[in-house]
Amino acid sequence: MSSTNLPIAKAITAGLRDALRADDKVLLMGEDIGVLGGVFRVTDGLHAEFGSQRVVDTPLAEAGIVGTSVGLAVRGYRPVVEIQFDGFVYPAFNQITTQVAKMHNRTNGTVHMPIVIRIPHGGGIGAIEHHSESPEALFAHTAGLRILAPSNAQDAYWMTRQAIECEDPVIMLEPKKRYWVKGDVDPDQRPELSPWQAEVVRPGTDATLLAWGPSMPLALESAEAAAEDGIELEVIDARSLAPVDYPTIAASVRRTGRLLITHEAPVLGGLGAEIAARLTEECFYHLEAPVIRVGGYHLPYPPARMEHAYLPDLDRVLDGVDRLLEH
Amino acid sequence: MIQLLAADGTRTPHAELDEVLAGRGGEDDLASPQRLRGYYRDMVMIRAADLEATSLQRQGQLGLWASALGQEAAQIGAGHASREQDYLVPTYREHGIAWARGIEPWRLLESYRGVSHGGWDPNELRTHPYMIVLGSQAPHAVGYAMGLQRDGVVGTGDPETDTAVLALFGDGASSEGEVSESFTFAASFDAPVVFFTQNNQWAISVPTSVQSRVPLAQRSRGWGIPSVRVDGNDVLAILAAVREALDAARAGEGPRFIEAVTYRMAAHTTSDDTSRYRPSSEEEEWAEKDPILRLRRHLEQLEEIDEAFIARCDEEAHDLAMALHHHIHGMEDPDPVGMFTHAYAEPHPIVEAEREQYLDYIAQFEDEGDDVGRDDAAEQKGELA
Ligand SMILES: Cc1ncc(C[n+]2csc(CCOP(=O)(O)OP(=O)(O)O)c2C)c(N)n1
Repeated sequence: MSSTNLPIAKAITAGLRDALRADDKVLLMGEDIGVLGGVFRVTDGLHAEFGSQRVVDTPLAEAGIVGTSVGLAVRGYRPVVEIQFDGFVYPAFNQITTQVAKMHNRTNGTVHMPIVIRIPHGGGIGAIEHHSESPEALFAHTAGLRILAPSNAQDAYWMTRQAIECEDPVIMLEPKKRYWVKGDVDPDQRPELSPWQAEVVRPGTDATLLAWGPSMPLALESAEAAAEDGIELEVIDARSLAPVDYPTIAASVRRTGRLLITHEAPVLGGLGAEIAARLTEECFYHLEAPVIRVGGYHLPYPPARMEHAYLPDLDRVLDGVDRLLEH
Repeated sequence: MIQLLAADGTRTPHAELDEVLAGRGGEDDLASPQRLRGYYRDMVMIRAADLEATSLQRQGQLGLWASALGQEAAQIGAGHASREQDYLVPTYREHGIAWARGIEPWRLLESYRGVSHGGWDPNELRTHPYMIVLGSQAPHAVGYAMGLQRDGVVGTGDPETDTAVLALFGDGASSEGEVSESFTFAASFDAPVVFFTQNNQWAISVPTSVQSRVPLAQRSRGWGIPSVRVDGNDVLAILAAVREALDAARAGEGPRFIEAVTYRMAAHTTSDDTSRYRPSSEEEEWAEKDPILRLRRHLEQLEEIDEAFIARCDEEAHDLAMALHHHIHGMEDPDPVGMFTHAYAEPHPIVEAEREQYLDYIAQFEDEGDDVGRDDAAEQKGELA
């Protein structure tokens, strides 16, 4: 079969379906994921096909959902957990950081935790409080976890498959604002790029622009706008946020001499800070300017009518590019 | 409160539980004199290991020790009530459970010494790792039980196949949200799990009475989970109640909850100071209800125990304590490079790079013909001593 054109949400559905078919140890758990198909309908149709033992509507208890998935994983299952919105992962924070992340280590490697925690990620959808957050740094800081952030349909499909196949726990940050954006997916052709690698999605020479997940369209849009002014930005989709693929980013920075990172999460203590520090260490003599970050402010995510000012947009990224090139 | 053995060892008959003990399914009599002597020996052994661990802590061999003194009946009883195939999910004080499972005491001491975070294979020993984050293991127990359901090993009617989970936590831990969430999941999915709380009266300095307005056994009833309150210092009552509950869970009758009323005779851990919060009169009162003494009195009444058996148990217990002592004193610190080994199951470039960095770092000192870092540390320790 050749590639099909699917929205990101449906690409994930296809990934889940194929994983459920491929391995009967895979099971899905979450709130409203059964008959309703999830609040974003990502699990639509899977309950009908696989039944309530494989697609489990759970009680409203995030710690319980993640905690029971730990027990299932010890028993040899591969639970895929859906958290309804990013802001609701915190009740499960304890289970994710003290249990999911550490069980393999605690048992000297005898137990694996092939758990996938799917989280609709990011803002810009005009939602009420707790529906628009970017908690990636909280999890990236925790050893034992991996984080994937697909930004397009092909990655959404394959990262779903690969996250489920991974013997380590994976947090999948799904760009909820882009769930209905279509792209080509080839479910028959396993991609050559490993899910843990970043991808240079647009070559450029003047500076490197790094983004991921929901920020990717903005990064590409910024590169196009900059090109009109004669500035060639190399755009990288980080794809994996834990581990971050430093070699790919560093190679680009060595070519361009400049790095701008944009993400929705607050800049303070964000993943951009870690990447900036690491790249400064690795590429100090290649850098022509300090690493610039454009992201959210050190504020609770604001009410919807203000989020346009909070989120990085084209002008803020281009302003960052200007500051980067001033040096 | 269910009690089969009074503090003076007198046996109280109990229509239903006596039947459980006698082995409904034509199994061994769990209360046969031979079994009773076995429980007695187990309790003596585990108490000796426990006391030895406390002195090893005092000698600086362990960073900390959480004693299970006084809780031997609850743990040995619950441990032996489970079947070979059952999965046990303990906290950090379940030394009797581990013993009943055949886990050598030195393996428990490893985490208290700081050479590992546990390190056993849960599936091989059918025992979850000791758990420090209170209540966190309760949902794991339910999840494992949900796995058993999917594996088709619940309610088949074959006692060799049917399997359940025994989840253990303290009275204090039962205040944690995850325990309540576990009740919700267990009830929602009819999971084959038995929750077992050792109400040892204290959660460090906070008494159970502060954490619960009703007997703990009543709590799960709000979830529709049947429960019983059992004398936790009565090995027979525990054995019968836990076996009965596990049988029900294995048969597919859903979750159960047991409150074992017992007492933490020692301090919370070796870092604790009980004199700040509890009267010694309370400790003396509970010493009267000692679980080992109680079983011995019962066996004496049955004329099923003699001085020679008691002496043999004491001797074996002494040997165990000595073995533990030598094992721990002879224990080398692990090579720190091992830290990098089991953070992830699959290759991780950052952990690998940091491991290389660490190896390069320590190699510098080897080049100088000495382990300078370690000498510095030893010198500092010497100065402090
Ligand atoms: C989540 C969490 N909070 C606090 C602690 C520190 N702590 C360790 S044991 C303990 C008291 C536990 O009491 P209980 O559950 O009754 O068990 P017991 O120690 O009496 O066996 C506390 C507060 C912890 N280990 N985990």
